[in-house]
Amino acid sequence: MKRVTRYLVFYAVLLGLWTLLVELKIWPPYLFPGPWSVGQALWAGFADHSFLIAIAVSMRRVLFGYGVSVVLGMILGLGVASNKFLEETMGGLLVSLQSLPSICWWPLALLWFGLNQNAILFVVIMGSLLSVTLAMEDGRKQMPKIYGMAGRNLGARGFKLFWHVLVPASLPFIVSGLKQGWAFAWRSLITAEMLYLSLGLGQVLMMGRDLNDMSQVLAVMILIIGLGYIVDGLVFKTVERRLHAKWGLTPAT
Amino acid sequence: MTAAPQPVFPGDRRSPFRAVRMKPVSTLPASAVIGEETPKVHLNGISLSYRTTNGSRLLALDNIDLKVRAGEFLCIVGPSGCGKSTLLHLIAGLHHPTSGNVMMDDKVVDAPGTDRILIFQELGLFPWLTVAENVEFGMKMKGVAKAEREEKINYYLRLVHLSQFKDSYTHQLSGGMRQRVALARALATEPDVLLMDEPFAALDAQTRDLLHDELERIWAETGRTIIFVTHNVREAVRLGNRVVLLTFRPGRIKCQYQIELERPRHLEDMEVAAKAREVLQDLREEINRSLEVEYSEGVKPHVEPGVGQ
Repeated sequence: MKRVTRYLVFYAVLLGLWTLLVELKIWPPYLFPGPWSVGQALWAGFADHSFLIAIAVSMRRVLFGYGVSVVLGMILGLGVASNKFLEETMGGLLVSLQSLPSICWWPLALLWFGLNQNAILFVVIMGSLLSVTLAMEDGRKQMPKIYGMAGRNLGARGFKLFWHVLVPASLPFIVSGLKQGWAFAWRSLITAEMLYLSLGLGQVLMMGRDLNDMSQVLAVMILIIGLGYIVDGLVFKTVERRLHAKWGLTPAT
Repeated sequence: MTAAPQPVFPGDRRSPFRAVRMKPVSTLPASAVIGEETPKVHLNGISLSYRTTNGSRLLALDNIDLKVRAGEFLCIVGPSGCGKSTLLHLIAGLHHPTSGNVMMDDKVVDAPGTDRILIFQELGLFPWLTVAENVEFGMKMKGVAKAEREEKINYYLRLVHLSQFKDSYTHQLSGGMRQRVALARALATEPDVLLMDEPFAALDAQTRDLLHDELERIWAETGRTIIFVTHNVREAVRLGNRVVLLTFRPGRIKCQYQIELERPRHLEDMEVAAKAREVLQDLREEINRSLEVEYSEGVKPHVEPGVGQ
């Protein structure tokens, strides 16, 4: 209860300051709209379903792109971690590739796939694949060797060993990497969507700019933050907490 | 209410009669359990050497020749660094010998197989699975049908007295209980040979005594072949039909002792102590040698608790 009160107070003060700034009329309202008109824009966006469609389209893209990244990243990461040659060669390459902002893949994606959804998905995958791969590689190295040996000893090999032993054994070590991968996927998606008219949240955001509608711009930004929070703060936190409780890393509640 | 029918598994010597009356193990005819035919496990001139960090080659095991009969309880003792754990890993098929080979029923071992299950010193229980799922794991990998798996989980958990902890996770159990989960997990795969690597080294004395009794009972009930590695001579004499003493680096068979004491045995038995003293005299030479080498190598020696506490 006390935590809820703290949150309420904090956001009330934030909204109050915002309103105060608007009331001071330093900037014209079309550049600096108040919370009320942003709220109205949010409402209007949901009322005519344009936000819902945008959320659905963006979510589908990010889930697909992220899903591909996780599957590929796990295989790649495991491969790199279990082979000394690959580790020495690919490992360094992966780290340096990760310093490349994912949107730098956009021109390449456009030339390869054309101006369509596949180009967006490619950017999303490139944005998150590397961080998932690196997380998996790291997780595999941190994972105690005994699990792999115990698994082989009990008759697991090949895909069964990967799926029933190596993946679950490395999960606590890669969950933060998976979370980071999600954040990268989400950011890459919004960026790519802003560059190409394609439904999606990024496009609705850019539409706000094109229409000179600051309220809509802010409304969509709030939406993006909110969605990010839900996935990051709620989905991943819960997974992490469950995982730790199961493994006994924190006292089970 | 009628009692649930006891599941019967091939190779399982437990009779419902014995389950009720718990005959003392000593009345089992030792020669009936231990066959005289081809050896169950045959270590055929095994040597293992590996490259150390400074590039020189280290001979860890040197020409080990050992035959283990079906149903035998064999204990291997030796100073630390004699390669006794490595030997178990070789039998398990997790590593390959430099020369020689491991034979199971006259077939060369070249990969891990569920006919021999190793219980690691660190156990290697899967923390993401419940006790029951851990026990189920090997059967699942083997492709045993779901209904049969359920039955066997219950059977083997009952055998190690852990039925109430079916749905617990391993971190919620005590050390002794975890040890028993590892035992049940290994037994559930129904291996012919059970390989145990210092399984009770980290346990307190009472728990260890208890597990000695249980292991002896389970061995008698299931008729499995057990190869048990320990640095504790007293433990080896208390459990084994035969004790094999390995030398310090490189590991060679120094001598073997036939232990023909009555079962069930206890760690405090006079006969066990006397036999252990005999083995220990031979072992002490090896321990001293290992200390000398480690001193001369500039490594701080760690005292090996050779005598059973």
